[in-house]
Parts: sequence; structure tokens; C-alpha cells
Amino acid sequence: MEAINIAIKAIFIDNMVFAYFLGMCSFLAVSKKVKTAFGLGLAVIFVLSITVPINWLIQEKILKEGALAWIGVDFAALDLTFLQFIIFIAVIAAMVQLVEMIIEKFSPSLYGSLGIFLPLIAVNCAILGSSLFMVQRDYTIVEATAFGFGSGTGFFLAIIALAAIRERLKYSHVPNGLKGLGITMLITGLMGLAFKSFIGVAL
Amino acid sequence: MSTEVAEVEEQAVALKVKEPAEPLLSKRRRRIVSDPLNEDNPITVQVLGICSALAVTVQFKPTMIMSIAVIFVIVFSNLITSLMRNIIPNRIRIIVQLAIIATLVTLVSEVLKAYSYDMYKILGAYVGLIITNCIVMGRLEAFAMANKPYDSILDGFGSGFGYAWIILVVAFFRELFGGGTVFVGTPLEFDVYGSIGGLLGTPLQTNGIMVDSIGAFMLLGIIIWIQRTKNGYVEH
Repeated sequence: MEAINIAIKAIFIDNMVFAYFLGMCSFLAVSKKVKTAFGLGLAVIFVLSITVPINWLIQEKILKEGALAWIGVDFAALDLTFLQFIIFIAVIAAMVQLVEMIIEKFSPSLYGSLGIFLPLIAVNCAILGSSLFMVQRDYTIVEATAFGFGSGTGFFLAIIALAAIRERLKYSHVPNGLKGLGITMLITGLMGLAFKSFIGVAL
Repeated sequence: MSTEVAEVEEQAVALKVKEPAEPLLSKRRRRIVSDPLNEDNPITVQVLGICSALAVTVQFKPTMIMSIAVIFVIVFSNLITSLMRNIIPNRIRIIVQLAIIATLVTLVSEVLKAYSYDMYKILGAYVGLIITNCIVMGRLEAFAMANKPYDSILDGFGSGFGYAWIILVVAFFRELFGGGTVFVGTPLEFDVYGSIGGLLGTPLQTNGIMVDSIGAFMLLGIIIWIQRTKNGYVEH
């Protein structure tokens, strides 16, 4: 039950994009068309649901202070937390590569539609951010998985909604200086305001 | 004959070597630094590095620490990548770049943890997220992989300061409207709303939306609007 709460919270209330500004680069760059936004969103859900639990295992069994106790008493005092960043990013890059290869092998059509977005995900801050938040908040593995899935879904919803708005935006007269990034930032702000209404939801 | 040719060639080589070195701050190099500050700004024009630009800008001081950290990481990763550019295999360059950046970020984070633990707590996960700050990756990919070390350092400073001044402006206004103060935690600390409210005799209300993420989006949107209108830049 706790896990479901965490997932819902990550999707609506603590939305990666609107509450933490994570994944903004791809959020802004790949939201011109709903179709491509859909592909990127799916890929993000997929990668997040895999990398957060894996990084949880690595954090709990290898990096954390005293986590290496399962090897032997001599290792119990080791604290490898300073390796966190480099290991997490390596896991993410490797996972993205692996996912790319698996999808290419088993579903060429999905691979074709995701295209270049898969490699791009390795440097999406929402992915690394989720892993870092997961460590900060002391989740269990079930909660971590739910959190990963929820964060991905939140990003998915946000990017599709923005892409849909931007597709309609073509028909409106935007001042020259605001065209492109400027108006997108203002729209994101307004969307964030709308998402704020979920704060009242009691979980 | 052949010795003559060799001599001529040698002379040519010697001439080439004697060609005056490019001045330390030639016009081209000045442009490398100054372009990202305004016309080619990483945030407002290239749309890179937005995540951290907004996340840490609730107050001025953490933003300043963040800017310094980012400038440090950009400059040194640019330098290291540029020194290694000829030995990095093209196929695995992304992961090599990520490793360089992650190492530098780990350094920054450990130094912060040791000397300024309260700032480390405030910045939290966002220090780690410098790794995925697209500005750093973008500069390595677009500049350091193809240019000499000294130019790469200059480019790093340019992009770093271009990023820094935008987020410092955002932070200044968010703190002013959201908290009613400026430069909290620095020697210049001043309670603007408090003193104006004291003059008027009624306390002023701060705007909670500015502390929230929404204010940051709106402010950045407006800054982009002003800057692009001034430069006459139009996105198509």
C-alpha cells in the first residue's frame, strides 16, 4: 500500500518536471510533437523502472557504509559512498545500452519509433535524479521500484501534455522574443500551477 | 639535389614554427569567452542546463556555490577532454566524458561536504546532477573534442559564466519576491521587504509562488523574453 502511495505521489504531487525541474532539457527539446514525446516518455518509464531498483541494490549491498559486511568481517568498515555518482551513472549508461540492444533484437518496430531517444536518456537528469532521491529517502526495494515507475510516469504525462499544447501553439501569435523557449517556459509554469492542485490529495 | 629539397623543406618547417604565436587574448579567443555570455548563452539561447538552473535558485548564496561548482567542472572537464581528445576512441567517447565529469563532480561534492556541510545539505542531490547538466556534456562534445587545451579552458569559462549570470539573476529575483530579502547568508544581507514595510508602517506580503517552482519557470521565461528581444533573436 505504501508503495502505491509513493508511486502516486511521484506521478502527481512530486512530479519530476514540475516540482524538481529534472529532465528539463529533453522535456523542452523533444516536446514539439506528441508522437515523439510519447516515444521518449515510454523509454523514460522503462529505463527508470529498471535503473532505480538496480541502483538500490548497488547502494545497499556495495556502496553504503558497512554494506560490504556480507563478504567478510574485514570489509564491514568500508564506506564507498564517494563512488556513488560514478557508479550510478555507469549503471544508467550501461542499462540504457542494454535496453537499446534488447529492444532492437526483439521489437524492431518499437526500436524504430524510439530511435535516437534511447541513448539520449543516459544524460537525462530525471534518471540520475531519481536514483539520488531514492538514496536520500531511504526507500525499501519495493518502494524504490514504485518510485522509479512513478517518476517515469510523471515525466511521461508532463511531456505529452506539453507537446499537445505546443502543437496547438502553432496557430497563435506569440511575440517574437517569446517564440520557442520563452513561451514554453511560461506554459510549463502554468502547467506546474495546475499540478499544484494535487497537493490537497491526502495519501 | 635531394639535400637541397630537404633544406628547403627544413626552411619551410622552420618558417612555420617561427610564425608568431596567436596572442594570449586574440580577437578570436575573446569571442570564445564573450559569445556564451550573451548572444550564444547556454541557457537562454542553446536551451541547455535548465534543470539545475531552476532547482537551486531559491536563494542567492546556494546559487553562487552552485555556479562556482559548475564553472569548476566545465573548465576542468574541458581541459582534460581536450588533452585526451586524440586518444579517446570515438565509439566510447560519451562514457569517457561521463567518467571525467563524474570524477570532477565527486571531487566538488567531497570538498563541499568537508568545508561547507550546510551548503552541501541545501544543494543535496543537485550537486550530483551536475554530471547530467547538459551544458557540460554539450561543451565537451561540441568544443573540447576538437580544440586545443587553452582554447577549451577559455570556452569553459565563457559557458560557465554565461550559465552563472542567468541563474544568479533568477536567484536574486526569486529571493527578493519570495523571501523579501537579498543576499541572505552573505555580508551584503539586507531585509528589503522588512525595511520598506517598516517605512510604510504595514508589513509587506511576500509572494509564495516565487519560492515555488512555478515562479522560477515564469522568471526564466521573462528573462529569455527580454534577452531575446534585445538581441533580436527569433526561434523558428
